Order: sequence, then structure tokens, then C-alpha cells
Amino acid sequence: MTRTAGKPKLKTSAMIASIADADQPTREAPFGHALVELAKTRPEIVGLTADLAKYTDIHIFRDAYPDRFYQMGMAEQILMGAAAGLAHEGMMPFATTYAVFASRRAYDFIHQTIVEENLNVKIACALPGLTSGYGPSHQATEDLALFRAMPNLVVIDPCDALEIEQAVPAIAAHRGPVYMRLLRGKVPLVLDGYGYRFELGKAKLLRDGADVLIISSGIMTMRALAVAERLAGDGIRAAVLHTPTIKPLDTATILREAGRPGRLVVVAENHTRIGGLGEAIACELLSAGIVPPFRQIALPDQFLDAGALPTLHDRYGISANAMTASIKGWLG
Amino acid sequence: MKKTMESGRVDQTSLGHNVHLAERAYRIRRNALRMGEVQGQGYIAQALDIADVLAVAYFHAMRFRPADPTWEGRDRFLLSNGHYAIALYAALIEAGIVPEDELETYGSDDSRLPMSGMARYTPGMEMSGGSLGLGLPIAVGIGLGLKRKQSPCRVFTLFSDGELDEGSVWEAIQSAAHWRLDNLVAIVDINNQQADGPSTKIMGFEPLADKLRAFGWFVQRVDGNDIDAVVAAFDAARDCPEPKPRIIVADTRMGRGVPFLEAREKNHFIRVESHEWQLALQALDEGRTA
Repeated sequence: MTRTAGKPKLKTSAMIASIADADQPTREAPFGHALVELAKTRPEIVGLTADLAKYTDIHIFRDAYPDRFYQMGMAEQILMGAAAGLAHEGMMPFATTYAVFASRRAYDFIHQTIVEENLNVKIACALPGLTSGYGPSHQATEDLALFRAMPNLVVIDPCDALEIEQAVPAIAAHRGPVYMRLLRGKVPLVLDGYGYRFELGKAKLLRDGADVLIISSGIMTMRALAVAERLAGDGIRAAVLHTPTIKPLDTATILREAGRPGRLVVVAENHTRIGGLGEAIACELLSAGIVPPFRQIALPDQFLDAGALPTLHDRYGISANAMTASIKGWLG
Repeated sequence: MKKTMESGRVDQTSLGHNVHLAERAYRIRRNALRMGEVQGQGYIAQALDIADVLAVAYFHAMRFRPADPTWEGRDRFLLSNGHYAIALYAALIEAGIVPEDELETYGSDDSRLPMSGMARYTPGMEMSGGSLGLGLPIAVGIGLGLKRKQSPCRVFTLFSDGELDEGSVWEAIQSAAHWRLDNLVAIVDINNQQADGPSTKIMGFEPLADKLRAFGWFVQRVDGNDIDAVVAAFDAARDCPEPKPRIIVADTRMGRGVPFLEAREKNHFIRVESHEWQLALQALDEGRTA
């Protein structure tokens, strides 16, 4: 026997990991395929990236339409500036990079060259929130807070492959700048069982329940649905309100659902607890005089660890197990 | 009227044309001084140094329709150094793109002529440049867009030597050459002055022409206050057959045209006493050539 025979295999700290569980149905590169489909009838669409074509699934658009694709190199400021310039000339640029680089390095360019002039640029970014084990350089923990704070910018956090597929034409139909988080590679497919149709600016009740209302966006809706099933097994009735559009927030629906008495309201986001969906909803509720019992499931206000995603999701409370335990604890 | 050393006999037609351009530059300076007087302050030294370049750009090099500032067939002009808005407004007023009667609203509440250029509401202002270092990147995108449309139009962009400190500008310098944007003409105003002092002491950028050539640009370095030389440079930037972006490195003197301002201690934001605006206009009139 070798000395290492008894040691557990170390879990990988992957930069890019699929967020799908082993048994989950997935679709491959929904963003890339949806963009190619849309581009057939929209000749003004062009694609750009900053050396992340393969990692944002825009390589599929590149391969289908090489003369409509601009590789800008690892240079996020000019990625956004050039997207602005192309929009000045009447194109509809889809510019991709990782969420960390758009929200940090390129923020001034997005703010000043694109959004302040209301240009028709769609910024689509992979590795939202905690979907990388690579460490803080790649974990976009505050992108929603930063982009929410930009006037006139539409901000979207889609749940799954189906929603990404539907959101691409929807954001193209919207006249004005859009920031959309995206998942790439093998993306989970979850919403097909719910008769779901993405509508920009609309929150949708995917399941109803009298004990707890989970308001969620992005991958947290996928988690919330799984958690609701588990809670049901323990006799706890959970509702899930999916809120993919962070800005403009569907305040009317949120107030209506959160205003229904007798439920714990939990806002779940793959994002820091600061400045994201939770704080946005808390502000809306309090301003409307609606004060239900309220909790956040969100990433902590810290620089997050590197490691395997399942480990990190447990550690930071956003795994299905951790969420279930938290909610049960709050319900007492 | 100065002759360029290289050209020998100056063509009579161009002599007349260049005299006309000097007149335009004079009126641009005049407009800028009047706007400075309205607010009692402004980046007036920069406006005075760049007036010759703007005169040549707008009245020799670029195509546009004054009554239709977004005409698709226009050459685009991006003012990257947004604080030079006073200079650009002076040129736009001279060009008939901004109405003359708006001059006195410069820098005031609800004015279309704010101190830092805003694209959203000022005719002829094609970008909002206040943050600095943005113009050349946008120009790359516009250059790409124009090529997509197979448009014969060109994109011009003016930026200042301080902006050479910004990494985004060097991204754009590299990118424009990579994309062979021969429809892009940049002008950089080397007046050797930025917020904290002389640019060469803040972050040395020389040998600038060599650097830009190494990056794959067609580079010309000229005295930015010598109209003949500036005209020749714009012409060469138009005629260069190489698949390269073009840049005119223009050495200028702050306060040019008003001797007592040109002699004043070099300040990024030059101090002018309230009574001095009229003195400046007088000095400008006295120094007027042709």
C-alpha cells in the first residue's frame, strides 16, 4: 500500500466549473446559440469580446459570423469603448467578458461611453457571483450592486438555459443598454417544467406556498425550487418568486406577494448581501410600509475563498442544503 | 505668413486658403475668450493653443453640414479632452453648428454648453469626454463601424498629452493599428501641461513619435500653431496610402494669440482677472495676421 492510498482526493479549485449537478438536464451554450439565431434576422448585431470568446460562449457566434465578430484582446476598456463606437454607427453590439472585469475594470467606460449616452449595447458576462472557485479575482460578488446604481441600465440575472435563450431576443428588443449575467457551457435546464416565459421587467411566481416566500434571481431560483421541494417534504409550504430583472425591479409583483400576510420573506441572491436584490427589495418594502419577517440568503461581505464550488456554496450558505437549514432555522 | 522650410515656393491658392484658415482661427480664439469672460474662468489657455488645429480640422479637412450635425455623410469628430469644450464650442459656433446667440450661455445653468463636453444635448459634441482617455477607444469602434458600412467618412479625435498617461489610450493605440484603421485621424495636443504640472515631468512620454511609429501608426509631428504645417499634416494624413491609423502630434503653446497669457506662468487652469478678458481680446485683435 502506498502512503497516499488512504488520503481523500482533494476537490478541485476550478476556474470554470459547470454549475449543474451531475443528474441535472442541461443545454450547451444557450447564449451563443441564441445569439446566432437572433443574428439571422438582425443584421445590425455584432459581437465583441476581450479574449474570452470560448469562455462566454460567443465563440459560437464568432464561428457562425466571423465578419461580424471583433476580438478586442484582453483589454476591457477598449472592449466597451469600441462597443460604444460601433453603437454610434448603428450596430447592436453584444460585448462579452467575465462579470468581474465589466463591473470593476471597465466600469467607467460602461458608465461614460455607453450608458450615459443610452447606447444600444448589450453587455453579457459569465461567472456571475460565486460560480468560480478561482478566488476573488474571478468571483463577481458585487456586480449587481454596481450596475444597479447606474441610471438607465437594465440589469438581468437569468436562472437557466431556457431563460438565457429567451432573454437574448428580449434584450435585443429593448432599446437601450443592458447588462446581463450569463452562464456558459453546460447550463442547467430547470424552467421548462414551469411553463415559463421570460419577460423583461417581470417577476414570476413559479410556485405558491403559505409559509415562506423565497424571492430569488439567477441560479438561486434553481436552488430555491429545489429547496421548496425539500421543505415540502417537511410540511413547510414555500413559494418561489423568480425575479430575473434586477433593474427595473417588478415592484408591483414583489409588494403584492411580500405583502401577503403570514409568510417569512427570504431574498436569495448569488451576490453579496450589500447593494443587491435583498437590499433593493428591503427598500421597496419599507417604503411601501410592508414589513414582513425578512431574511437574506446572500454571500457575506468578505473576500471569498478559493476552492471547489460545492464546498464554497455550503460554506457561504447558498447551497440547497445550507438554504434549507437556514430557512428551517428562521421558521423556528 | 510663414513658409514651411520644406515646401519652397508656397502655392498661391493654398496661401489664400491658409490665410482664410488663419482668420477662422482668430475667430475661434475670439469666441473662446468671450466664453471665458462669461464665466470669468475656463480652460482658456488650451482653447487658445488648439484654435489653429480646430480651424484646419473644421474648415479644411472635415466634411459636415452645419444645419445637420448628425448627417450620416459627415466626418466624425470626437473631443476626448472634454475640458476643451470651450475650444470646440468656439469652433462649432464659427462653423454654424451651434447658434452664435448661445455663446453667452456657456457654463450656465440649463445651458447646452456645459464646461465639460456632453454628447447628449450639445449639437456637434459626439462624446462626453470629461473622464479623459475615452475618445481614442470610442474612435476605434467608430472606425470599425464605418468600415462595416463601407463608408468613405473618417473619424477624427483630439486628445491631450495628459491622456497619454491613461492605459486605455494605449489599448486604443495598439488596437487601431491592429485593425488597420486608415479612416482614423488622431490629433494629440502637446502643450506640456496637465493638472499637476509639466507633462514631461509627471509621466514622461517621449520619444512619442518613435513610440507611435513602433505601434504601427503613420505619425507626423508638427508645430500645432503653424497653420501651413498643420494643413500639410492633415493632407498627408488624408493621402497616406498605408493601412495604418494616422496621428498628428501637435506641439502647441498655451495662451497662443494673446501674448500676456502666453507668457503667464504655465497653469493647467490659467488665472485671468476679470478686467483682463477685454485686454486679451484687444491683444488678440492687435496680433491678428492677414
